[in-house]
Amino acid sequence: MIDMHWLYVFAGTVFASFAAASIRSSENPKRWGNAAFWTVLAISFWFGDLLGDVGNGILVLVLVALAGFHLMGRSAAQSTTTKERENFSKRYGNTLFLPALIIPLAAFLGTLLFNYTALRNSGLIDPKSVTLVLLGVGVIVALIVCYAWLRPPAMAPVDDGGRLANAIGWALVLPQMLAALGAVFAQAGVGTTIGAVAGHIIPSGSVFLGVLLYAVGMVAFTMIMGNAFAAFPVMVAAIGFPILIQQDGGRAAVIGAVGMLAGYCGTLMTPMAANFNIVPAALLELKNQYGVIKVQVPTAIPLLIVNILILYIAGFHL
Amino acid sequence: MIDYWPLLGIALVVLGFALRFNPLLVVAVSAIATGLLGGMPVLKVLAALGHGFNQNRNVTIIYIVLPVIGLLERYGLQQQARSLISRMRGATTGRVLILYLAFRQIFAALGLTSVAGPAQTVRPLVAPMALAAAEKEHGELDEATAERVKAMSAATDNVGVFFGEDIFIAVSSILLIQGALRAFGIELTPFELSVWAIPTAVCAFLIQSLRLLLLDRQLEKRRR
Repeated sequence: MIDMHWLYVFAGTVFASFAAASIRSSENPKRWGNAAFWTVLAISFWFGDLLGDVGNGILVLVLVALAGFHLMGRSAAQSTTTKERENFSKRYGNTLFLPALIIPLAAFLGTLLFNYTALRNSGLIDPKSVTLVLLGVGVIVALIVCYAWLRPPAMAPVDDGGRLANAIGWALVLPQMLAALGAVFAQAGVGTTIGAVAGHIIPSGSVFLGVLLYAVGMVAFTMIMGNAFAAFPVMVAAIGFPILIQQDGGRAAVIGAVGMLAGYCGTLMTPMAANFNIVPAALLELKNQYGVIKVQVPTAIPLLIVNILILYIAGFHL
Repeated sequence: MIDYWPLLGIALVVLGFALRFNPLLVVAVSAIATGLLGGMPVLKVLAALGHGFNQNRNVTIIYIVLPVIGLLERYGLQQQARSLISRMRGATTGRVLILYLAFRQIFAALGLTSVAGPAQTVRPLVAPMALAAAEKEHGELDEATAERVKAMSAATDNVGVFFGEDIFIAVSSILLIQGALRAFGIELTPFELSVWAIPTAVCAFLIQSLRLLLLDRQLEKRRR
């Protein structure tokens, strides 16, 4: 049966190819730092289940050291010039979108096909991870199509994939790190503490106040952390699960999905989410570095109210 | 008696970000400090961090698409996306940005979040188009107005991607929600979760569009 382990092995191979691309990009003076970072990530994906928890913890520390001590760089070099790209774009036209669409279509249509046909019981793919497995299949199919159609140099996907990965850099593992932080927070009892504090605030029995505190808590915690991903596991452990789902019988899918979206309203309002709010202000050469946040607040607040209403109505009354 | 010490880890995150340390470093230091303050021995904290990282590898899976996107960019994907949008050029700033909002939300909902963004599309394409539309309709812009139009372009990009991406079933936030609820014994498929991103996505589109139409009106008033 094809399950997540196969996908992790494939992803590890992709990360190893980023390492190879980093070594090949001779214009990047810190290329060995980049190569080390992607190699460690590849090891984590290949052997994570064999290394034990402390072993994985050490891998994390190495990744953090490489990023934290600025041992990674990026290369400004492009594989083809902008002029060449414009000519390619004229030559291939909108057909260029098709290989990019193979990936989401394989994941989306493939999942539907799998779930509603006899394939589900065939034992070919683990039903719990079917979407991601099909995403991986989509990547492989798209690569084959690109090779056959565009006839690129053999190392082109490695070099171009690595170029994009190095442009993102250490930020690529930040969501996963924040998820790990959430796990440590949970074990150290942060969720319990916030839940206990919240429990003092919530008069039990008021579903609406519970929803309000959950959504506003997501926003506040997201603004502090700069990322809804870190806030979510804590708020679910503190209020979402024990109060809204378990005590008040709310619909778990709504509490989960819309709770996260309430957090995104917080992301729109915080300088901590630098990549969304501060970097664009710099890119657009705005005088006020908080100019983007300033125009986002009047969208974020009404949208937060909408999310609270969706949580309350769809979560408890539909 | 509530033990408040573990909350210090949150303070460390705020401080670390405020002082502009590397976010990975801030997160790791905060995790270790929180664990120690929560009464866990050093090795156990390291193990908890490693375990959490290993268990959440699915969050990073999405980057296996980079070789395909990189290869297509080599053959002009971005240039083609630009020429496609520039042919959809509408009359006013608000309409240009509403079209972009729709484009951004739909592409994000298909999992194509990285085909656009502040560096890829907003600076080279969207902001100049929004400014050009404003100038065409309302003449030369003063600095404050130009700044507002540019800021709205970046904001529209953020709103589009934030409230579109969760409709795609394999995006990392949906997988994170699934994992967080699984920890409490609740098994949900990504599909069940992503469906509930649709009502908010529609409302986000309506609210941001309304604000963009109001922007058009303010630009119009300013001229008189």
